[in-house]
Amino acid sequence: MRTVAVVGASLAGLSAARSLRKRGYDGRLVVVGEEFHRPYDRPPLSKEFLAGALGEADLALEAHDEDLGAQWLLGVRATGLDRTRRALRLADGREVRVDGLVIATGAAARRLPGADGLAGVHVLRTLDDARALRDELARGGRLVVIGGGFVGAEVASTARALGLDVTVVEAAPTPLSGPLGAAMGGVVSGLHADHGVRLLCGVGVKGLSGERHVDAVVLEDGRGIPADTVVVGVGARPCVEWLEGSGIELDNGVKCGADGRTGLAGVVAVGDCANWYDPRARAHRRVEHWTGARERPDAAVATLLAGGAVTPGVPRPPYFWSDQYGVRIQFAGHAAGADSVTVEEGAVDDRDVLAVYRRAGDPVAVLGMNQARSFTRWRKQLAAATS
Amino acid sequence: MKIPACRLADLPRGEAFRLDIDPPVSVFHTDDGEFFAIDDTCTHQDASLADGWLEGCEVECPLHASKFDLRTGAVDAPPAKRPVRTHEVVVEDGVIHVRLSTDAPDLPPCVASRLAGGSA
Repeated sequence: MRTVAVVGASLAGLSAARSLRKRGYDGRLVVVGEEFHRPYDRPPLSKEFLAGALGEADLALEAHDEDLGAQWLLGVRATGLDRTRRALRLADGREVRVDGLVIATGAAARRLPGADGLAGVHVLRTLDDARALRDELARGGRLVVIGGGFVGAEVASTARALGLDVTVVEAAPTPLSGPLGAAMGGVVSGLHADHGVRLLCGVGVKGLSGERHVDAVVLEDGRGIPADTVVVGVGARPCVEWLEGSGIELDNGVKCGADGRTGLAGVVAVGDCANWYDPRARAHRRVEHWTGARERPDAAVATLLAGGAVTPGVPRPPYFWSDQYGVRIQFAGHAAGADSVTVEEGAVDDRDVLAVYRRAGDPVAVLGMNQARSFTRWRKQLAAATS
Repeated sequence: MKIPACRLADLPRGEAFRLDIDPPVSVFHTDDGEFFAIDDTCTHQDASLADGWLEGCEVECPLHASKFDLRTGAVDAPPAKRPVRTHEVVVEDGVIHVRLSTDAPDLPPCVASRLAGGSA
C-alpha cells in the first residue's frame, strides 16, 4: 500500500494513524479532519474543561514531540468515496487516491427540531461547542438539560458546581436505564437530587419558547420550565452520509466485521461511526465509548495491513466511565440481557457501590461508583470469562 | 530517603500497596515475583495506579487506557502523555522499603495545583 487515508482526526482516527506507523506502514499517510483543531480529548469537555479547570492545551492528544509523518488536511470534510477509482473526495474539491482507507468520522450530536436560530441553546460534542457553553454557563442563571444520559448528567453536575440552578428533563421513566438497567440507572441518577438538581422523568419535550433567546423548555404535559440556557443531550448519530452510494453497507453506521472490516477490500471503520459485529452478543453493536475508539483501531489496522488475512482477537468488554458530582462511575460489559443485579460491596444509599450483573449466574457486566480497585478486579474477571 | 512500605508477607503477587505520602507512591509485586515502585497518581488525571490493571511489568490506569511501564515509568498512549516517576525498592528483614527518587514528580494539573497551593 502506498497511500492510506484516515478520515476523522479525533481519538479513533489518531489511534488508527498511530497503529499504522507502529505496525510498520511507511507509505503516505493522509489524515482528514472536519474540524480545524488537532486531535483533542473530548471527555473533559463536559467536566474539567467546562468548569474552567483545564485549558485547551491540556486537551491535546498528541505528545508535543510526536510526529507520525502524516499529511494533515484539517478543516475539510470528506464528501464521497469513488470505489472504482479508489478516490476520496473532499469538500474543497480535492481528491485523494487511496490504497487503504480508515473511516473514523464519528458521530454528531442530535439536535432538537425547531431550535435552530434560538440563542442560548447548545449541544456538546466538539471543542467549539464546549467553548460556547462554557462562556454561557459563566453568566450563571437557570440551566435546563434535555436528556438525562451521561453527557447531560455531567453537564448538570458541572453547572451545579458552578452555582447554576439546574433542571434535567428525561423522557424515559428512569435515566440511564439503557446502558445501566432500570435499577442501577435509578441509583446513579439519584445523584441529581442529592445535589439539589431537579430531575423530571417520564415526560417528553414539546419545544422551546423564546423570541431570539430561549426563555423556557415546554414539556409535552404543557408545563414550561424557565431557562436562560438549554443543553440538548439526546444522543448522537453516526456521520456516514458521505458514504452513501459508495458501495459500503450502512446500517446504524458503517456495518463492519468483528475486526472493523467493511465489505469493500482495503476499507475499515473505527470509532463512533462503526457498527462492529460483536461475537459475544452475536449481533452488530455501535459502541460510542472512548475506550473503544482508543483500542479497536489497532485491530482494524492489523486487518487492513494484512489484507484481511488475520483473525481478530476478541476485544475487551466495552468499558466507559463518567464523573458526576465528585462520584467516579465506571461500567464494563453489557447490561442488556442480565437477569439479576446484586450489590457486592458498598451501599446504594451511600452512592458507593460495586454491582454485578449476571445472566444465568454468569457475570456479564459490572458497575462501580467510587470503587476503582474492586471494579478493576471485576473487569479483569469479566474479560477473562468472555475472551 | 528510604521509607518502609509494608511487610513482604502482606503483598502477594499481582497486588499493589499504596504508601499514603504526598504525593502517594505505590509498590507493585508482579506475577513474576518482581517488585517495582512508582508514583501512584496517573499523570493524566487524579486516579490511583494501585487500583489499576496489572499485567506483566505494566499497569493500566483504572480509569482510562494509558499503561505505565513499571521499570521505566514510560507511558504507552493517551490520555496520559507524561511518564510517572520510578523509585527504588529495597527489601530488608522481610519489610519492603522504597528509596524515594529526588526527581520532581509528574502530576496531573489538578493534583499539582492542590499540592502547590497546600490545600484541597
